Amino acid sequence: MTLVEEAVLVAAKDLRIEAHARVVMTQVLPFGVVVLLLFAFALDPDRGVLPVVAPGLFWVAVLLSSLLAVSRSFAIEADHGARDGLRLSGLDGAAIFLGKAAAIAVQLLVLEVVLLIGVFVLYDVDPRGLAVLVVAGVLATTAIAALGVTYGVLAAGMRVRETLVPLLVLPITMPVLLGATRAFEFALADDLGPAWRWTSLIAMITTVTITLGVLSFESLLEEA
Amino acid sequence: MTPARQRALGVATLLALGAFAVLALLISPKDSRHGDAVRLLYVHAPTAWTAYLAYVVAAIASAMWLWPRTRRPSWDHLAGAAAEFGVLSTGLTLFLGSVWAKESWGTWWQWEARLTTTAVLFFVYLGYLALRRLGGPGAERRNAIAALLAVVQVPIVHFSVTWWRSIHQEGSVFNQRGEVEINDATMQWALWSGVIAFTLLFLWCCLLRMRTLELESSAAETALDAAIRERVGTVNA
Repeated sequence: MTLVEEAVLVAAKDLRIEAHARVVMTQVLPFGVVVLLLFAFALDPDRGVLPVVAPGLFWVAVLLSSLLAVSRSFAIEADHGARDGLRLSGLDGAAIFLGKAAAIAVQLLVLEVVLLIGVFVLYDVDPRGLAVLVVAGVLATTAIAALGVTYGVLAAGMRVRETLVPLLVLPITMPVLLGATRAFEFALADDLGPAWRWTSLIAMITTVTITLGVLSFESLLEEA
Repeated sequence: MTPARQRALGVATLLALGAFAVLALLISPKDSRHGDAVRLLYVHAPTAWTAYLAYVVAAIASAMWLWPRTRRPSWDHLAGAAAEFGVLSTGLTLFLGSVWAKESWGTWWQWEARLTTTAVLFFVYLGYLALRRLGGPGAERRNAIAALLAVVQVPIVHFSVTWWRSIHQEGSVFNQRGEVEINDATMQWALWSGVIAFTLLFLWCCLLRMRTLELESSAAETALDAAIRERVGTVNA
């Protein structure tokens, strides 16, 4: 089996579990929407701030939801020696990393579509620069998923996993948040030049994060 | 390092800190614009230097642990000791930088690239220390990889923040207002003696902390051995 086939296998496994359990769709997705509502309550829709800060709020909501998705991705392997099974499966560590990251990215992308509709409807933002939104969105989501899986496996199997992962992941995702927010801001303002420049920054970060994950995941999984 | 050499390093550190205090507080003149507040920079700059030095040392020590030929527990201890000093230094840098910002720019915080990068790093390494505290089997490998992951992120964080700021404001605040020109010879001496004193302090603290980490792990092993002996004793009885 090639690396890609193995990665697809792992991603399909995680997505099949999600299709049965529907934890991300019935718990994480509503959580993301609730975060959007909370921002609206905190910032008062009548002051006109929401459309201006919408891209930032959107990505903060995505980041917070991603923590739950990452936590879930490792929780499904916590019982019945599933993680040992994965370790002993003979699959390449890099493939496991890519597969798990892809599964999280797919789930987050579905969540983002719903949140983006929420932003357009609730925050009174006009959809513009859709090409940038799609490309920057996919790249940033991939980077977030890759970072989540790399740090998720660091904390996998620990009793303090739920509290440790946010502390490890959130500071390190700062550049992604920065890039994605700026790209979305410029795209929604129809200023496509800077929007693509920020997207290229996200592309660079995504490449680095995937490389780091591919290089480190196998060793980390051994100790998890 | 032998205890005698370690003690000598300790004495050298204390002497350097003493000389630094005299130079920075008594001999060097006030700044024409910022008065005595300029003395904050004599500590601020050295703590920033030792913070970054500590993170580089932690990364190198982690790489040495990961490399099978050089793998020794002392590399893991050095990484831990350096990172702890790094976080303390970063905290001090941010605090003193903030006080300095209030004095020179009239505000406690500026979203300036260097400051923001340092703040993010503070939390990145706080996470690393939290991870280290967990210990357990395989902790050394986990710690080493986490330290390398953290250090690779430093340029990315800095680059993205610099890009962000360069688009949002004209130039850096350091160049607009509040820039201090340390041309005076005694002021330069004060600054450099600070760098030397804090570097020595870093080395000394690292050695002391490595020793306590070593003792901690050998104490844990002794306790485990004792527990096994006790268990075996009961079984045999």
